[in-house]
Amino acid sequence: MIPAAFEYRRASNVEEALSMLDGGGEDAKLLAGGHSLLPLMKLRLSAPSMLVDIGRISDLSYVREEGDRLVIGALTRHRDVEINPLVREHAPLVAHVAGQVGDPQVRHRGTIGGSVAHGDAASDLPAACLAMGATFSAVGPGGTRTIDATEFFLGFLETALRPDEILTEISLPKATGAGWSFQKFNRRAQDWAIVGVAALRGERTGVSLVNMGSVPLRATAVEEALAGGADEAEAASHAADGLDPPSDLNASPEYRRHLAQVLVRRALEEASAA
Amino acid sequence: MKVSMTVNGSHYEHDVEPRMLLVHYLREVVGLTGTNVGCDTSSCGACTVLIGGESVKSCTMLAVQGDGADVTTIEGLADADGQMHPVQEAFREKHGLQCGYCTPGMVMAIVSLLDENPDPTEAEVREGLEGNLCRCTGYHNIVAAALHAASAKKAAVA
Repeated sequence: MIPAAFEYRRASNVEEALSMLDGGGEDAKLLAGGHSLLPLMKLRLSAPSMLVDIGRISDLSYVREEGDRLVIGALTRHRDVEINPLVREHAPLVAHVAGQVGDPQVRHRGTIGGSVAHGDAASDLPAACLAMGATFSAVGPGGTRTIDATEFFLGFLETALRPDEILTEISLPKATGAGWSFQKFNRRAQDWAIVGVAALRGERTGVSLVNMGSVPLRATAVEEALAGGADEAEAASHAADGLDPPSDLNASPEYRRHLAQVLVRRALEEASAA
Repeated sequence: MKVSMTVNGSHYEHDVEPRMLLVHYLREVVGLTGTNVGCDTSSCGACTVLIGGESVKSCTMLAVQGDGADVTTIEGLADADGQMHPVQEAFREKHGLQCGYCTPGMVMAIVSLLDENPDPTEAEVREGLEGNLCRCTGYHNIVAAALHAASAKKAAVA
């Protein structure tokens, strides 16, 4: 399968990428590792007129401590997030989840920012970011702004990023020593989760869901139940409250609701035992 | 668009369409057909090659993204005098192939895996090969070959 023809530009820094995006019209898209976008382009589900390749902007590949936060450059590859000692210490949930994305070949190319900006309800890292209470930095012609993860995922493959903005950084409150769990239910090792759950229990409690709607979701009913003193099993029974999960070859909405409750219970039990 | 890359130690420079996939560049332009196209949807791993020593799926990468890269394909593993790479040797020793279609991708994935984890457990090998499918379901001997290559490499170092 071969993508539809497009114009290709390679940016060597963020300013250059912004001006290329600006000149590329509405159909210009950013290309990072390409492991979300290229498969869609090969299936002709996406046909951008221009690709602005930001994959070589090495300034956007880093992990740093900034006080009580850990910041990760948007172009840090999944493999580099997975094995980074700072991420493993201060955000072990995110390190673990990065190691669950796709397969080793995918993790050698795909980036955390690409995964977040793609905004797929079925991908793992957006859910981990939600559970962690992440914020995202975006740079556009008007400067930099910070977007809370809870306000970032707007609709099916739609995010709060404007067409002329670039996601540059993922900022996580440190969760050093906190309990965490990631439950990914699928039929084959490399598949997307049929349902997934990311849970964090420490100073901050966060529970989020993979593939339970059109966007990556916080399990707000579970978080509220826990805040109100419910035990794990009771809180988990609210996992699918108010949700309208998708139906596909792998699962009906009813099955997904059932899975969400079981997986949230397991996630909370594992995170609480830590 | 001009791309130049090193493939198996040789330098190549061509004018390609931006939409050309790396696997098509390697097979049809450079002429190295050892890298197979299997599923063409980044699932099966038949198209796995090494870039800077790391496994990637060449059906999910544009040739222009590989501009300047150091690429190794299955043809580049053996020595110039025909001495096979330890992972290739291990596939022969452990009968790690049946129809052979997934083999180039499996071998390249294992070379990368052993580079990152020189002494893997059987479970780590199985997890490390999650991105490679064998339609003959010959996984048992493929895993045995990976473990054999790891111990052969250890013995060679010792």
